[in-house]
Amino acid sequence: MTPPLTLFQKVWNSHVVAQEKDSPAVLYIDLHLVHEVTSPQAFTGLRTRKLKVRRPEKTVATMDHSIPTHDPSLPILDEIAAKQIAQMETNAKEFGISLYGMTSPHRGIVHVIGPELGLTQPGMTIVCGDSHTSTHGAFGALAFGIGTTEVEHVLATQCLLQKQPKTFEVKIEGELQKGVSAKDIILALLAQIGIGGATGHVFEYRGSAIKNLNMEQRMTICNMSIEGGARAGMIAPDDETFQYIAGREFTPKGEAWEKALLRWKQLPTDDGATFDKTITLNAGDLVPMITYGTNPGMGMKITDHVPDPDSIKDESQKLALTKALNYMGLKPNQPMLGQRIDVVFIGSCTNSRISDLRLAASLMKDRKVASSVRALIVPGSQEIKKQAEQEGLDKIFKSAGAEWREAGCSMCIAMNGDQIESGQYAVTHGGGGGSHRKDHRR
Amino acid sequence: MAHFTSLTSRIIPLPINDIDTDQIIPARFLKAISKDGMGDNLFADWRYNADGSPKKDFVLNKDEYNGAQILLAGDNFGCGSSREHAPWALTGYGFRAVISTSFADIFRNNALKNGLLPIIVDAETHRDLFDLTEESPRAEIAIDLAAQTVTLPNGKKVPFPMDGFAKTCLLEGVDELGYLMKFEKQIAEYEAT
Repeated sequence: MTPPLTLFQKVWNSHVVAQEKDSPAVLYIDLHLVHEVTSPQAFTGLRTRKLKVRRPEKTVATMDHSIPTHDPSLPILDEIAAKQIAQMETNAKEFGISLYGMTSPHRGIVHVIGPELGLTQPGMTIVCGDSHTSTHGAFGALAFGIGTTEVEHVLATQCLLQKQPKTFEVKIEGELQKGVSAKDIILALLAQIGIGGATGHVFEYRGSAIKNLNMEQRMTICNMSIEGGARAGMIAPDDETFQYIAGREFTPKGEAWEKALLRWKQLPTDDGATFDKTITLNAGDLVPMITYGTNPGMGMKITDHVPDPDSIKDESQKLALTKALNYMGLKPNQPMLGQRIDVVFIGSCTNSRISDLRLAASLMKDRKVASSVRALIVPGSQEIKKQAEQEGLDKIFKSAGAEWREAGCSMCIAMNGDQIESGQYAVTHGGGGGSHRKDHRR
Repeated sequence: MAHFTSLTSRIIPLPINDIDTDQIIPARFLKAISKDGMGDNLFADWRYNADGSPKKDFVLNKDEYNGAQILLAGDNFGCGSSREHAPWALTGYGFRAVISTSFADIFRNNALKNGLLPIIVDAETHRDLFDLTEESPRAEIAIDLAAQTVTLPNGKKVPFPMDGFAKTCLLEGVDELGYLMKFEKQIAEYEAT
């Protein structure tokens, strides 16, 4: 009898092509997502070595990071960004990769369109040159970010050299209170374990509170696994998962669907399987969270007061908090509620899906954005944009005085011109949150 | 192909924890389509004023550290975004090793692939090294990858952990893609099942 295995172990084991003694595993990759920013040097590498893309049909490209989110009929003013976008088009054409490019109705943030098109499926290994690739783990896939050298490896061989990570169970039992979202769950976890707390591990989110989440909420949680240092985050597939992916463009159909379902139903962690680490959170204790500092681990209950560096014993943590508060212009012990804000950004691969936009619209209906505030609403994909417009959400945003923009990463990575000015405070939905990117003040 | 055997150099101290890759190289510099020139933008927001002039008080701009090839950083170095531009910027500037108590996984992988050695030391050695840079900024330390040791100016040798495969690749200049491509037959067999 085989020993009980975790979801991660099942996916890992079934993708090891070879493993030599004292060497990393040769891990097969089922889906390779590519975008304009972390791939050009990898394609240059292929050209230098005169190599082809081994499996172009398992490779899918889009443009999301450096593209402007203004009217697509306008030219791209940033010449360097325009060159990078043109290079992605050239690379896709030359190497035979399908590209959801500037004019595609399916273009969007890479981690939004993967699930939307049904490319993301349970039990797969998925990589992309982007740390938030962990998003796809919501479907029971092993999905993680890689560097550009590794992008080249996968393009050339469809494989990666990987050391097997450890497992980390995150158990969340009970019922969430009203107004507590998926983002609050992950921020609460990060505030507990710190932003390096899961280095070398893969999370599996489990428990009744996770079971009760819909797929978009599950994606929000898995998306931010990397902010805890985890290699990936996974959630076992269930009926909610199967219902979400059924009938999408790239999901199996007919008999192939039935076969896939049988396979996918074997994926959840077996009873008796053990994890290298475990943490348990009580869903009922969780409340809405906000970050006050310069990384996503600096989070607190929204009604709490900013921590005081003087109350921290560890010298380096004290210094880090002092620096963060200095940068943010916040004072120890002050509340965050009532803090003046200049910019609101709703979007990013963490929270830009239709349910997020519906929630935002329900709060903004018949209200106005304050005249001193700039509000940007950036849908995760052109599909979501279309859907939102069919539901009339765009009218609610626009009449409230918010900007309704084209799909992209926008202000989250802030490399496309959508930026916060120096000294401004912004509240965002974004997942990452280096001090120079988002979550508050520049 | 990345090489590393040994290195003797002064150290540049950057005693900040959780330095993420967006601080190492801000996102606005990721629009390049080659690896060239990344070193000029290393730590750009800490290193330069808005008008592009160097910030005098930032450690990289101080004369006594000019030419040093070892960076000594706070805990959890290289977290956040997966951009390989971070090690490209560090090596482009001239760094060949980073010392910390811990590194984020993706950064560590990316660094090793570019011949930039991520050296993990215990908290005590970490403190001692910061003290050393304060007391004698021009002191040199020696890194020996084969022996996996850092030798301090007082002769003390501190061991550091290193993945065996990565070590062999760096010492012998093994090309990882070449290594992967040797598995062509197994990959084809895997694809056929």
